[in-house]
Amino acid sequence: MTQIEREEMEFDVVVVGGGPAGLSAAIRLRQIAPDASICLIEKGSEIGAHIVSGAVIEPRSLEELLPDWRSLGAPLNTEVTEERMLFLTEKRAIQIPYLDRVMPHMANHGNYVVSLGEVCRWLGEQAEALGVEIYPGFAGAELFIENNRVAGVITGDMGIERDGTHGPNFTPGMILRAKQTILTEGARGSLSAHAMKRFGLRKGVDTQTYGLGIKEVWEVPKEKHRPGLVQHSFGWPLDDHTYGGAWLYHFGDNLVSYGFVTGLDYSNTYLSPFEEMQRTKLHPAFREHFEGGKRLIYGARALSEGGLQSIPRLTFPGGVLAGDSAGFLNVPKIKGTHTAMKSGMLAAEAVAEALQTECTEASSLTERVRNSWLWSELRDVRNIRPAFAKWGMKAGALYAGIDSMILRGRAPWTLHHPHADNETLRPSALCEQIDYPKPDNVLTFDRVSSVFLSATNHEENQPVHLKLRNEAIWRTVNHDVFDAPESRYCPAGVYEQEKSGENEWSLRINAQNCVHCKTCDIKDPTQNIEWCTPEGSGGPNYPVGM
Amino acid sequence: MKILVPVKRVVDYNVKVRVAADGSGVETQGLKMSLNPFDEIAVEEAIRLREKGVATEVVVVTIGVQAAQDILRTSMAMGADRAILVKTDDTLEPRAVANALKAIVEREQPGLVCMGKQAIDDDMNATGQILAAKLGWPQGTFASAVTVADGRIEVSREIDGGTEVVSLALPAVVTADLRLNEPRYASLPNIMKARKKPLETLEAADLGVDLASRLTVVSVAEPAERKEGIKLGNAAELVEKLKTEAKVI
Ligand SMILES: Cc1cc2nc3c(=O)[nH]c(=O)nc-3n(C[C@H](O)[C@H](O)[C@@H](O)COP(=O)(O)OP(=O)(O)OC[C@H]3O[C@@H](n4cnc5c(N)ncnc54)[C@H](O)[C@@H]3O)c2cc1C
Ligand SMILES: Cc1cc2nc3c(=O)[nH]c(=O)nc-3n(C[C@H](O)[C@H](O)[C@H](O)COP(=O)(O)OP(=O)(O)OC[C@H]3O[C@@H](n4cnc5c(N)ncnc54)[C@H](O)[C@@H]3O)c2cc1C
Ligand code: SF4
Repeated sequence: MTQIEREEMEFDVVVVGGGPAGLSAAIRLRQIAPDASICLIEKGSEIGAHIVSGAVIEPRSLEELLPDWRSLGAPLNTEVTEERMLFLTEKRAIQIPYLDRVMPHMANHGNYVVSLGEVCRWLGEQAEALGVEIYPGFAGAELFIENNRVAGVITGDMGIERDGTHGPNFTPGMILRAKQTILTEGARGSLSAHAMKRFGLRKGVDTQTYGLGIKEVWEVPKEKHRPGLVQHSFGWPLDDHTYGGAWLYHFGDNLVSYGFVTGLDYSNTYLSPFEEMQRTKLHPAFREHFEGGKRLIYGARALSEGGLQSIPRLTFPGGVLAGDSAGFLNVPKIKGTHTAMKSGMLAAEAVAEALQTECTEASSLTERVRNSWLWSELRDVRNIRPAFAKWGMKAGALYAGIDSMILRGRAPWTLHHPHADNETLRPSALCEQIDYPKPDNVLTFDRVSSVFLSATNHEENQPVHLKLRNEAIWRTVNHDVFDAPESRYCPAGVYEQEKSGENEWSLRINAQNCVHCKTCDIKDPTQNIEWCTPEGSGGPNYPVGM
Repeated sequence: MKILVPVKRVVDYNVKVRVAADGSGVETQGLKMSLNPFDEIAVEEAIRLREKGVATEVVVVTIGVQAAQDILRTSMAMGADRAILVKTDDTLEPRAVANALKAIVEREQPGLVCMGKQAIDDDMNATGQILAAKLGWPQGTFASAVTVADGRIEVSREIDGGTEVVSLALPAVVTADLRLNEPRYASLPNIMKARKKPLETLEAADLGVDLASRLTVVSVAEPAERKEGIKLGNAAELVEKLKTEAKVI
């Protein structure tokens, strides 16, 4: 390939990813180093366009970052008023009593139900007001490496035709040079993965594990709306060995956020996280909330579930990792917003110091994290998620109760994650098929009509951003052994197996529908699916409310 | 020659709008907004005319809320030289927009006004025509190709079943159709540079023109839901259904 001429621009700091972590890092940095030039890029067409979250958030970090958040108009408008944790059987729901003692991490008093996309848009405005330059619609495609250190990022080329040639509108990506690069791409970020590999950041830590969250936003009749109601469930429809459960939050103007998280360490190849999410709506404990309502938005996103054991080294020459890119999520709480924000703020403080002392590595970050509440919070819950994986949902819940009530998170042992999520699927011959109900198009839907509500779009002539590294492996492994698991776990229906001849099967990839959840990148048994960042602006366009 | 390009900030074409519960309009709060696609084509054409040496300056103007400066920045990132924001919080009808634009034309004295044929939010297809009438200038609407020579502009117009070519004396108003060109990307370096290009803000009220509304929206409704299609086995079945169910034959 011919060398492409690229324009360059120089900043003190480049932030990749405009989620809570990246925006908090940018804001904090301008607060303590007002002269630093900061450029933040976001692959979504605007800040918030790719954000999927619950979200019940703890305002703790926001309080530290912008103590005036109330008068600045932060969109935290629905305080939690009522909460329940339900254990579901097929027909019944058992409410867990004394929630704040048995599962103290699930207590939500003082928290807010928000649209995280809306919170991010607001944080973006605060950052711009402080002088951060924000460029939505541009994806970091590669790390820019010079003299063995990260010296910035290269944005994606635009206007490449499907066959790889330069179209009439070809616009080469540019080099954004930076003294320090902050990677805040969220779970399974592609540049973060590159940095971890290149600089060996995962040496000595557990593998990262993930969950897939699939979400819908509903508008419900006013008389049924109970702002501040927070409901979680576990048990049915998943079996005891599969981690996961549903959430349901009433918030905003007659809106309900509903969704389902499935641990991506599930083993039954016939499981479909999408169908599990759909059928849970039919349970009596959920159904009544949707009746008479209308589904407005649909989306999906993976989240990190490894916890403390899986957090890699956070710094490397020329940059740092923060937020869900590094795995700062409190798993039993299913909360990663306050932790992402805090880790972003600490990253900014370490980066500011590195700028001032002209060090290539912001090494003080590790200490700063270890000395903060962030670390103790994650340390106290570190054994809960692995206990579920080890002993199943019921015994895991029991362990979680003991760990929280008696040991108070100070158990002298640490449970580990023995397998990466791509290693846990069992061959289809050993798996039970699951008979999912057909969509009724009132409460439950199919994938096609769902993806439509994510407003997903990719420029159609660009090269396909999802590829099989080796087609033959797809046939001998994915098809022959696992019966095409990607056709079930992909929440956007991107993968379809097709009969291409007598006993011949091939995989059809509808890359245009991809909602960037990253599940295929995580779950493919042989890691044979290559997820490249598509042209900037591509992907979902989640509106406010998501 | 200077080219003036009026541009409008509209709900992004990827966004699915939703009718407000009371049927008074569509919910626009918090939706992604962007440059009206036909205006993007108009901006592109103006830049091309400047690149060909026909024009010397491209000025973009919008009449709208403060936040509408984002589309002016986008237009400048594509290549427009400078921008004017005529600020107002009111929703304006094409007649009012045309009045405001006329005031801007008198101030800027462009040789050509190049604009979108319609805005994709209200689909009025009216502002360009009203402006031309108010200015007493010739108009070339639905342009799919333009050439400028000897103080005239030749406009190929897409009309029902063919193309009509008209020749107008400049100054004139041209409205862009879909096939006029394929707009370029606003590249990141150009977006960065556009932040430094001049953007002037005027108060709409200071123009001293009539911006009043005359139209009232009675109601807005969702399109009727389409029934799911069915697959038939053969022509006989089709004829049967057309007779007994659709009752059209
Ligand atoms: C078939 C039809 C017939 C109609 N007949 C009449 C009639 O007879 N009398 C009457 O009064 N009304 C009529 N209307 C309605 C009237 O035109 C609308 O009230 C008006 O609000 C539409 O605005 P628009 O934004 O859709 O403008 P459009 O005319 O669709 O906009 C076209 C272009 O104008 C420019 N533009 C628009 N707004 C701005 C802005 N704020 N700043 C800069 N540039 C801008 C852009 O280049 C845009 O692409 C008619 C509408 C239709 C569809
Ligand atoms: C379904 C679900 C439910 C959740 N519920 C809750 C909850 O109730 N409460 C709570 O506190 N937390 C919740 N979380 C967790 C929380 O949303 C995340 O921990 C948090 O959003 C992480 O923030 P982040 O900034 O690290 O990453 P993200 O929020 O993922 O943001 C990363 C951003 O970077 C962008 N990006 C990625 N790669 C690139 C690139 N190469 N170039 C440019 N831009 C890029 C992305 O588009 C995105 O905007 C939930 C998560 C999920 C998935
Ligand atoms: S293709 Fe992969 S990243 Fe895209 S939606 Fe499907 S599983 Fe998620």
